Formats: sequence, structure tokens, C-alpha cells
Amino acid sequence: MLLRSWKLLALLGACLLLASCGGILDPKGQVASHEKTLILVATGLMLIVVLPVIFMTIYFAWRYRASRSNEVYDPKWSRSHAIEAVIWLIPLVIILVLGTITWRSTHVLDPYKPLDDEQPPLVIEVVSLNWKWLFIYPEQGIATVNELVFPAHQHLQFKLTSESTMNSFFIPQLGSQIYCMAGMETKLHLVADEPGEFQGFSANYSGAGFSGMKFIAMATSPEAFADWVDEVKSAPNSLGQRQYQQLAEPSEAHAIEYFAQVEKGLFQQVMHKYMKNYNSWKSKSGDHAQGQHSSPHAAHQSGSASASAKES
Amino acid sequence: MSILGKLSWDAIPYHEPIVMGTLLMVAVVGIAIAVAVTRYRKWGVLWRDWFTSVDHKRLGVMYIVLALVMLVRGFSDAIMMRTQLALATGGAEGYLPPEHYDQIFSAHGVIMIIFMAMPFMIGLMNIVLPLQIGARDVAFPFLNNLSFWLTAGGAVLINLSLAVGEFARTGWMAYPPLSELTFSPGVGVDYYIWALQISGIGTLLTGVNFLVTVIKMRTPGMKLMQMPIFTWTCTWANILIVASFPILTGVLGLLTLDRYLDFHFFTNDGGGNAMMYINLFWAWGHPEVYILILPAFGIFSEVISTFTAKRLFGYTSMVWASGAIAVLGFMVWLHHFFTMGSGANVNAFFGVMTMVIAVPTGVKLFNWLFTMYRGRLQITVPVLWTLGFMVTFTIGGMTGVLLAVPGADFVLHNSLFLIAHFHNTIIGGAVFGYLAGFSFWFSKSMGFHLNERLGKASFWCWQVGFYVAFMPLYVLGFLGMTRRLNHTDNPDWNLWLYIACAGAFIIMIGIVLQFVQLYVAFRDREKNRDTTGDPWNGHTLEWSTASPPQFYNFARLPDVHDIDAFTEAKEQGLAYQQVAEYQPIHMPKNTTAGVLIAGSLTVFGFAAVWHIVWLAVVGLIAAFGFFIHRAYDDDVDYYVQPDQVAEIESQHLAAVKEAAL
Repeated sequence: MLLRSWKLLALLGACLLLASCGGILDPKGQVASHEKTLILVATGLMLIVVLPVIFMTIYFAWRYRASRSNEVYDPKWSRSHAIEAVIWLIPLVIILVLGTITWRSTHVLDPYKPLDDEQPPLVIEVVSLNWKWLFIYPEQGIATVNELVFPAHQHLQFKLTSESTMNSFFIPQLGSQIYCMAGMETKLHLVADEPGEFQGFSANYSGAGFSGMKFIAMATSPEAFADWVDEVKSAPNSLGQRQYQQLAEPSEAHAIEYFAQVEKGLFQQVMHKYMKNYNSWKSKSGDHAQGQHSSPHAAHQSGSASASAKES
Repeated sequence: MSILGKLSWDAIPYHEPIVMGTLLMVAVVGIAIAVAVTRYRKWGVLWRDWFTSVDHKRLGVMYIVLALVMLVRGFSDAIMMRTQLALATGGAEGYLPPEHYDQIFSAHGVIMIIFMAMPFMIGLMNIVLPLQIGARDVAFPFLNNLSFWLTAGGAVLINLSLAVGEFARTGWMAYPPLSELTFSPGVGVDYYIWALQISGIGTLLTGVNFLVTVIKMRTPGMKLMQMPIFTWTCTWANILIVASFPILTGVLGLLTLDRYLDFHFFTNDGGGNAMMYINLFWAWGHPEVYILILPAFGIFSEVISTFTAKRLFGYTSMVWASGAIAVLGFMVWLHHFFTMGSGANVNAFFGVMTMVIAVPTGVKLFNWLFTMYRGRLQITVPVLWTLGFMVTFTIGGMTGVLLAVPGADFVLHNSLFLIAHFHNTIIGGAVFGYLAGFSFWFSKSMGFHLNERLGKASFWCWQVGFYVAFMPLYVLGFLGMTRRLNHTDNPDWNLWLYIACAGAFIIMIGIVLQFVQLYVAFRDREKNRDTTGDPWNGHTLEWSTASPPQFYNFARLPDVHDIDAFTEAKEQGLAYQQVAEYQPIHMPKNTTAGVLIAGSLTVFGFAAVWHIVWLAVVGLIAAFGFFIHRAYDDDVDYYVQPDQVAEIESQHLAAVKEAAL
């Protein structure tokens, strides 16, 4: 029994080291790989101070313990400009280096920034519902619940919002997460570097059914993706306002669903539904896409064009 | 709506065996205590000498008693969560359904931060700070009593939510829109609001009180840069309290308007915006963690310099490093939501600002190290907590800086890595500090010593238990496990969840040992009297008083020229001098006003939770009435006569002399 648990422990240790357990140390996409490297570099830099501090704590406590009365004792010694200069400088230098890395990496990893300007991304609209995920593929005109399929190597642009409570859209092996908030749109760019099946879930507690708010993210070959789109298109259901209202009813551990057709502009309607006069405004302006919000700088209710500064 | 508002018999959770079992236990313990107090005829003593006391030393003890009681409550929540997660693997449901589990993790956070850590910190500050600056009491003794009872009132409300109704199922931050009426129609969030609001006002008043105390009541000769380091770190914490708690009051007020009067500050509809709540909450919430940790830093400094029998290295650096932490602590709140979609410039700015805090914190660590350097370190219980802190907190600081890198946070945010990080700093930093302070100043406060062996055993259980309980959470964070899950089905996580659960039980032994230690110390108190008041050859003025200190603290206000004022006095032979003639000492009288005002406000809070309008009005009017009554009460002070002072002082000096022989 003991032996078995030791074996298991060793296995788990190896699993952590080799990082093959599907976590963030086992990245399958460009963003996630960058973030893993960032974590390792930052940790390494900090260990330059952390390890000596831990060592010195133990060593000084041992060396200057009261029972070693032969050691130098200097009760009034309490300042040394040289030492103080060094102990301010060393952390400062490390933070300068780390700060520079942070400034750069934050700009590179900005979730709103497209990964590649040349190749047009596959756009996927995400709505977090209590407690499931709705994925709308506007270009393909299809939608799914709790299953996200896309071609590997294809850059993905997620536009996200929420029906009600706040969630966080997260596929650890592909990298960055981002909040989904009602009445607002957030954006995220990801890519999978190889085909595979990844876990996705909400990383922000949103109520009773939160623990079951998971989805499958599947990176496939382009052909398999096309086949999958066809399969969804042959599903019996379609998604309009009425079906959406039904879907929005709270449910837990929701099964995967396919919708062969999606009402055009459904995502915008979900996003703007809390705006009081949205429908009358929409009919006046004629084109709801202009009023797109981009969070969190968006003016919440005005729907003014300045709100989409981030997109331009 | 009925005369009892939303309140009905359905509010009692009969159908929850765990809750009813807990309530039964609480009732049994409560009755046992009441019977004991009655039997030993202590009600009068409790009321006259403690509940109505305005003596900062007694209020400090009551704060710590409250903190220890709430530690038991908060830890019960913790161990229930850990066992739930250890059982609910591989598709199993565990024993706590989400509607109960979600209340537990919300209550755990609120209790541990607001009702365990804060009272513990404020209790130690109460006991020690006025003594360290040679003051006879705080600037506003009655306000101090009121602050305590407001904190206790909040604690009563949050515990009441267990028996009557429910607590919030929102997480301890109560983020809208989840905490809005639409998604949380029950009374849980209302309990949250009023428990925090009432205790928050108490904390704010404490901050004001101690700031004024430090500015106006230092003993003659003591300059600001001669204040003991614990007083300094508390002062920075009080500045943070005064600056940040009004934000909490404000943001909870806005949420209250949303929930009670149909406003739309943070709702999805009507132009509300939940992001505003998140911003304001953390504009309080981040300084709050520095409010917790800064006084702990002060405690470590006192402990290390006392037990190495050496001056603190780099006092000035320490003061300014603490100040830098306090100021920077106000400029980093956005790192709690890098994933909300701010632009890269904003995220990068707040990330870098957060890292900058590591610089003064690192300086402090080096200062403690160089205080040990060429010292004579006695490995006592407070020193063990300090060494344990220095190793553990360094790791917690490192993971904190890692989380401050937005790119790393994008994958670690809300994961168990984050949970491991903040427990690493709050337990390994704040709680270790308070427990160090507890054993350091216990004899000062109570007049007898704690049991050293049990104290060490407790430390090792906490220290080992901490690593066993929280290191697996770092791993789980890397493996992609997010926080607040009720059950899991990833086989790779199971072993780590089991180990973490075992760690929680080791910590539990540490907590039990703390209580055993208290019992043993109380039982053997006659054997372990601290007769001199200066058992560790202390540096600062609190050690110049008797243990427990004379109720007026100082017969004659000491004259101070040095940071280590008492060490200087001892070296110059000026300590323990008999004074020829004492002056009358001006002292505040005890008052029932604090209990009555805070009690009325607690009744108001309860009524507001349940929408019992008439009772809420009665509670508010009563609170205001008692306040006005107190305001017009002129009989609030008296003078201790010189002959009484002389008698008390000569007894103390005789005890010191006898011990010296």
C-alpha cells in the first residue's frame, strides 16, 4: 500500500516536472507557450534573491544562536550604509529587469491584440450563460453549446459577453483567460499549435452550477473542421431569440448541443439587451454592429461610436 | 409583508444536519460558559471590568478572544471545504451540496479576514501601542470600547446567519451582478453587507483613534522617529485604515441601495456597471492586506531585536520601507482583475507597481537578517514564528510577484495557485506574526507565561501543516484547477487534494495545541508568574511596566531619548526608580454606552437583513439616543490619588527587587 502510494507520488512528481498533465505547464498554443516561458523566467529571476534569503535565515539563526557564545556579539551595531545600499539595490535591480520583461510581455500578450495581422482570424462569439457556454460561429452561421471546435494553427478571435453573471473564459493549455460580462464585449486571441482536445471552463465563480460549467475545446485539421461544420449544419435545431431564451434558463452540467442556424446579430442582441431603448435605437440607426461595445472602457449605455476606440 | 419582514420559521435550517449539529454544539458550549460564569459569580466582574471597560489593555484582550473564537469558526469552514474536495473527486458529490458549500467558502474568507485577522491585529495594537509610546490610554478611550463592540456586533451578525437564514453564496468579495437581488434574492448578501458595514465602522474608528493617539499622546521627548517599530508599522496600517475603509463603506452602501431601493449602480440593466464595484472593492481590498501584514512586520522586528539582544538593524530603512509599502499598496488594486480587459498599458503599469512593493519588502527581510547577524539569538516560541515567517513569506512574496506579471496572471488568475499565494502571505505572514506577538506579549498582558513546549509543538504543526496543505494548491494551480469548485473529476488532481486535506488536519492539531497551551498556562499560572514585567530583557517601554501593567500604565510619564527607551534606561541605571512624590492621574471611567450603541446597531443590522422595518427604526433611534445620552454625560473621568499610585508602584518595585536578588 505504502509502496503503491510512493509509486503514485513519484508518477505525479514526474508528471508535474514533465508537465504532461494538461495544465498550464503543458502548453499547446503560442500564447500559452509564451506564458509558460514568462512564468519560468520570472521565477528564475526571483530565486536570485529568494534562495539566499532562505539560506541566510537558516544560517544566521544557526550561527548566531545564543548557545554559541564564542561567536562575535555586537549588540549596538545597527547601521551600515554599505549594507543598506546593497539591500535596497539588489531587489531594485531585479525588479527593474522583471519590470522591463513585464512591460514588454504585457504588450505582446495583450488579449485584444490579433496574433497575426496577415491571416484573417476565425471569429467565434462566446456567450456565458448560467451555467453553460454558447459558441456562435458568425461566418459559418452555426452555434454550439459546451463544444468548441476549430482548426489547429488557425488564429482565433473570440468576442465574449455574458447573459447574466460574470464568468471567465479559460482554456489553460491554450493560454490567457478573459472575463465575460453582461452588456459588454471583451476580446481574446488564441491559437492551438497542434490538434488535440483541451479542457475549457469558467474560471470565475458564477453561482450554484459553476462547477459544471465546462466545455470541450477541440483543435482539428482543416478538413475535420469542415466536416464538423457540416455535421452541425445538419442538426435539427436552429437558434433564434425564442430558442435563446429557452437556453438562457439556468441549467447545470448542460449537454453538448448543435444549432444548424443562428439568427443574424444574436450576439449583439444579447450584449445590448440591457440597454433600455436598444430596439428603438437599433431601428433608427439601422445597423446594430456600429454600436458595438468594447469593454471595459466602453460607455455603458450610450452606445456611442467612441466606445469602440479599442477596435480601431 | 408581515410584522417580521421576511423572517419566518423557514429561516431556521432544520433540514441541514451539519448546521443543526454545529448549532447544538454552540448551544452546549454557550450554556456551559453561562453556567460557569453564574456559578463562579463572574457576571458582575465581566460586565464591570471587561465589557464596559475603556482600558486599552482589556479591550485588546477581548479583541483577541473574539479573534480566537472566530478562528475556530473560520477554520471549521476551511476543514469542511478541504474534506469536501478530498471526497468529491471522480464524479462523487461529496457531502456538501453547492448551496451549502458556496456559503462556506464565502463565510470562510469574510470571517478569516474581517473577524479573525483584523481583531487579532487590532487586539495586539491595543495592548501594546499605548504602552510603547508611554501613554496612559488611547486618545479616545470610549470610542475604543465602541469600536470593539461594533466589531463584535458584526461578528454576531455573521454567526447569526448560520442559524437564521443563510450567508452569501457569492465568494467573499460579493461581486455583482451575482450579489445583486436578481441572482441572490436571499438574505445572505444582506448579512454580508451589514456584518461588514457595522464592523467596518468600528475598524475605521479604531484607525482614527490610534492615529490621534500616536500624534498627540507620545510621552515627552519621544520624537516620531523614536517610536518603536511596531508602533510605526501600526501607524502606517492606521493611515491605510483611515484612507481605505471609507471606500468599503461607500461601495457597500451603493450595493445596499441597489438591493434595497432598486438603484442601478452595479446591476446589468438600468445603466449599472459591475466593474465599478470591482474597482472600488479592491481599492479597499488591496490596502486591507497591507493593513494586516504591516503590524505583523512590526512584531517580527520587535521579536528579533529582543531575542538577539541587539538593536534593530536599519530602523530608518524599516520605517520608510513600511511607508513605501503603505503608499504603494494604494496603487496596485487593478492587479486583482488583469483579466477584465484593460489595455496593455494599464495592466503593465499596475503589474510593475505591484512588483515595486517587493523592493521595500525585500529590504525588510534583509534588515531582519542583519539584526540576527552578530546577535545572540534565543530560539523561543516568538522567534520560531519569526523564522518560520521569513522562510515561508519569502516564497509567498515570490509567487505574488509572479502573479503581478499580467502575462502570468492570465493563466494563474483565480486558480488554486492564487489561493496558495494569498494563504502563503496571510498565514505565513500575518497569522504567524500575530501568533508571534501573542506569545511575545502574553505574559505582559496576563501576568503569567505561556507553556514553551506546547507553544513550540503548536508552531511545528502550523509550519509543517501549512506546507502540506498549501504547496499542493500551487501544483493544482499549475494543473489548471480553478477556485471555488464544489467537486472535481480530474484524476491528476486527486492525490494533491488528499495531501492538502491532510495538511489542514495538521494545522488543526496546531490550533488545538494553542488552546491546550492556553489552558495549561492558566492552570499553572501561579507557578509561572511574570513578577518583574520584563521577562525578555526588552527594549521598549511596555516592558518597564508590571505584568499585567498598572491600570494607569505609567505612574510618571517616562522621558525618552532613544528608540530602545527601556534599554537605555536600564543601561543608565534609571529604570525602576522610586519616585518621591506622585501626581494625581487623570483616568477615564468605564461606560456602558459602547455596548448599548453597538448592540442597538446590531439589532438594526439584523432588522435590515430581514426587512423588519419597525425594528430597524427602533434600533437606529436607540443607537442615536444612547449616543446623545453619552454626549451629555459629564461624569466620564476621575483622578487616581497619589497615595494609591505610590502603593501600587512600591509593590511593583519590591517584586522587581526580589526577582533581582
